[in-house]
Amino acid sequence: MKPSPFTYHRPTSIETTVALLAQFDDTKILAGGQSLMPMMNYRYVAPEHIIDINRVSELSGVKISGDTIRIGAMTRQRELKEHPALAALCPLINSALEWVGHIATRNRGTVGGSLSHLDPAAELPAVFTALDATLEVQSLRGTRQIPMLRWAQGYMTPDLEEDELLCAISFTSPARGHGYGFHEFARRHGDFALAAAAACIELDSSGLVQKVAIALAGVDMVPVRLSAAEQSLVGQAPELDLINAAAACASAVAGLEDVHASASYRQRIAVVMTRRAITDAVARANQEQVA
Amino acid sequence: MTQELTIELTINEKSYQRSIPVRLTLADFLRHELNLTGTHVGCEHGVCGACTVLVDGRTQRACLTLAVQADGSSITTIEGLATGEELGPLQQAFMDQHALQCGFCTPGMLTTLTEFLSENPDPTDAEVRIAISGNLCRCTGYENIVRAALQAARTLRETTPGASTPMQVDALDTDHARAQHARGAQQ
Repeated sequence: MKPSPFTYHRPTSIETTVALLAQFDDTKILAGGQSLMPMMNYRYVAPEHIIDINRVSELSGVKISGDTIRIGAMTRQRELKEHPALAALCPLINSALEWVGHIATRNRGTVGGSLSHLDPAAELPAVFTALDATLEVQSLRGTRQIPMLRWAQGYMTPDLEEDELLCAISFTSPARGHGYGFHEFARRHGDFALAAAAACIELDSSGLVQKVAIALAGVDMVPVRLSAAEQSLVGQAPELDLINAAAACASAVAGLEDVHASASYRQRIAVVMTRRAITDAVARANQEQVA
Repeated sequence: MTQELTIELTINEKSYQRSIPVRLTLADFLRHELNLTGTHVGCEHGVCGACTVLVDGRTQRACLTLAVQADGSSITTIEGLATGEELGPLQQAFMDQHALQCGFCTPGMLTTLTEFLSENPDPTDAEVRIAISGNLCRCTGYENIVRAALQAARTLRETTPGASTPMQVDALDTDHARAQHARGAQQ
């Protein structure tokens, strides 16, 4: 057998889950299992207690009330990708999910799993960074709301205590008529991104940038917001030269170095992905204005 | 709160009840407990796709699922994709197009494409390539696999009215399935 021995718990409510987390040491939450199971098969991790939350139904589903969108942590990536109302309000998520793994892994993989595992190359944490999302965690001690930018504390290190459970992520939907863009470069479709960029842009009636958010995945150890690029665009007409200059800010992000790519190569790809993401976002925002 | 659990599930339309260790993966459960060795185990960490099975109609990596998590579900493995002696349209297409050499990746390719074609009856070459991007084949270079997928899609469109209904999946006894697999591997 691949994983080392553990005690298996299968709660059906958040209440029981947080009670189990408080009761036992050395626990691990099992959601979609697309990252934890490989680590257990390798015996990189050998938790004493596995708390399987696949039957905690109150943790899954997308709730839309007004312009607030709340996504349960156990919502499968596939379910998210096929949610028509979400795709209409915030198509950026759908566009990014095209790049998340493969059909079989999206069938199991969850939103909360991706956010908790926090792989630097993961698309969803970068998208939620661009959307200024807030995470909701729960424990016997109470509930905490954590902004996405504070959630990622370091390399694969979310702001989550051992007794806490990630329950949901919520954000305000970008304004109607906004434009979005998502571009990624990976060695093979579904592989880890060498660099990916997400952009969301709102234009005012005269075509000037009113609001913009740009985030990167795969470049630094955590998802990154390109604030300098955003500041250079706000209040301006998004012309080609300005977009190129804004995208160049991506080369200042500290690049990861591994067997697949050097830091400088990642930075160069990041610039190209950022330029493409901004360009798409501007084009879509312009189209929306005409329509 | 346990290290052993009894599970009940349906595999290729046959019901099973077994008491198993909680740390047993679904892939090892199928192979070691039920002798359904058509599900292949390659990397055992979710990368190669050889162990892909259909759980309640949707593909999953059997190596990344604990068997206890499949409690109550209905599973189709490669052994369930043929109808008696007759190969399914996708299997036939793999034979016609020489889409397998060593055959190791084939079970995962077939289960993956079964789900994909049931939802995308008229895919492009590029869409097929993305669909099988999570299944590694080290022999064919994918060309013939893509051709086979497109042939199967054509056959299914011609034979299935509406063309969006999932392929028929029937149960097979394991001895027959093993014979079938051996035959497939010789191609």
